[in-house]
Amino acid sequence: MAEKSQVIERDALDDLLKVLREQGYEVIGPTIQESAIVYDRIDGVSDMPVGWTDVQDGGSYRLKKRTDESRFGYVVGPHSWKKFLFPPELRLWRAKRDDAGFKILEEREQTKKYAFIGVRSCELHAIFIQDRVFMGGKHVDPVYKSRREKIFIVAVNCAEAGGTCFCVSMKTGPKAQSGYDLALTEIVERERHYFTVEVGSERGQEVLKELQHREAKHDEISAAEGRTRNASEQMGRTMDINDLKELLYRNYNHERWENVAERCLSCANCTMVCPTCFCTTVEDVTDLTGQYAERLRRWDSCFTIDFSYIHGGSLRKSAKSRYRQWMTHKLATWIDQFGTSGCVGCGRCITWCPVGIDITEEVKAIRESEGGTHGDQT
Amino acid sequence: MSRARQKPKLAVWKFASCDGCQLSLLDCEDELLDVVGAVEIAYFLEASRATTAGPYDLSLVEGSITTAQDAERIQEIRKQSKFLITIGACATSGGIQALRNFKDVKDFISVVYASPKYIETLKTSTAISEHVKVDFELHGCPINKVQLLEVINAFLNQRKPNIASHSVCMECKRRGTVCVMVAHGTACLGPVTHAGCGAICPSYNRGCYGCFGPMETPNMPALSKWWKVELGVSDPNLVRALRTFNTNSKQFKEESERHE
Repeated sequence: MAEKSQVIERDALDDLLKVLREQGYEVIGPTIQESAIVYDRIDGVSDMPVGWTDVQDGGSYRLKKRTDESRFGYVVGPHSWKKFLFPPELRLWRAKRDDAGFKILEEREQTKKYAFIGVRSCELHAIFIQDRVFMGGKHVDPVYKSRREKIFIVAVNCAEAGGTCFCVSMKTGPKAQSGYDLALTEIVERERHYFTVEVGSERGQEVLKELQHREAKHDEISAAEGRTRNASEQMGRTMDINDLKELLYRNYNHERWENVAERCLSCANCTMVCPTCFCTTVEDVTDLTGQYAERLRRWDSCFTIDFSYIHGGSLRKSAKSRYRQWMTHKLATWIDQFGTSGCVGCGRCITWCPVGIDITEEVKAIRESEGGTHGDQT
Repeated sequence: MSRARQKPKLAVWKFASCDGCQLSLLDCEDELLDVVGAVEIAYFLEASRATTAGPYDLSLVEGSITTAQDAERIQEIRKQSKFLITIGACATSGGIQALRNFKDVKDFISVVYASPKYIETLKTSTAISEHVKVDFELHGCPINKVQLLEVINAFLNQRKPNIASHSVCMECKRRGTVCVMVAHGTACLGPVTHAGCGAICPSYNRGCYGCFGPMETPNMPALSKWWKVELGVSDPNLVRALRTFNTNSKQFKEESERHE
């Protein structure tokens, strides 16, 4: 594996997509649909948001033309890679009634292998988190595993941060550290447009071999580092994670939960766009004759009433208890459960909340109220 | 296992409505033969004038109560029905005709009819559940035929219908539709609206019109505030958005009155 940074010129990106396609990958990358940058199948750079950026804030997302021809001049949109690894709707099995009772007709998992183009560092961390959820314990999710094992990841180190980004606070970016096959840093200069490339795997090395490349020079490496530094300094949001788990555990009855509940729609958008949220519901469906049944799995959310429904009723009837459950799980109990935070600082829950509720503001409000009442700065 | 069972008797009833919801049953073209295989269609005037007397195992009720005669008729239907399921916005909340509830119905009659003296109608249009006990309410204007089949299916197999009552937003997100409110600044009722349509309008770049009525826990004031402050929606337009097919549903009604 090449340990030193490599360089490919701007137009080699198209070659990279072509090589991956030739190797049998379905190439998925950023593309513009419905006035947003989403992840879908791309056949070449011409399908990508060349020369576009996104302007994000709480409850607001707009595309804007850039003054350059950047291929990756934007941050993350409403989709995340989880929709490919952990599909929103999935049939688990079918069953047919027979003389003996019923017979399970097993589902054959698709054999498609994906190449993900433009995975940001926060998103890589989100994939690592879902890896622990779906493959970390004794009970491995076979669908997730079979898809996950086959993906080829082309990471992109952010050169700019978005208005709701806070990966620096969560220590998940902006530079991809591991877990990729290739990682690109896009450098757009007045005279030149190129990518520095880090190789993260043997597979990545093999693919790079097919492209025209050379070792990066010092000034190119420092240009790439400059881009990363630039992104680090531009974070639209910050979250102080010092003592965060204990902070939330101490404040289970804080008045701020009532305050956020007045604004929260319980619409579940935050959980749907979150790249780490993994809850599902399972539905059994029968046909009219009662001879055939299916079991379906769908993305679910802790913001619905049904989610915590047990015999006798729902455990979390109030918006307050549902928001608290979500945020406390994401930032605190997740650590007890899986050993890391469940938040990667991608900012999606802030941007795609229809009423702009900001998780970083909610944490800050609780933290500041403590500072105010106890004067404790530790 | 023996599957010989007596076919349950199905009845379909119409009150003040456009017939669109009961038409959904006839619209189940691929499944219609399965439906008649599984149930005896005992009373369904839109499909056949041949009727069988009650009692009925399952009654599907379309439409709202707008006349004194209908208020009595629904009592009799309830008595004749083992299970009574209301279908559509009219039956579940009073329908678009419940706009009369905000005004004096006599004024409407005098404008609409040449001889108002022949019209006998109630002052209000109300949901079936305001008159009799309802076993299940299927929302929508019109209802989604897949959901109608699911409800019949659940009834036949004696299980709970898989009908989610969360927001339309979850349907948008599952199908990958970009949020029209966040990305385009389009006013959308999706966050407070009951799922079921499959998020059709946002997938055509339109805001949700709230055809399925309020979701399980709608936070109306929070959405109204955002519409007004961030999206610049005026009070009259907000009221108009809430006063459509589900104008008489408690949460939409109360919120529209707050902005009148």
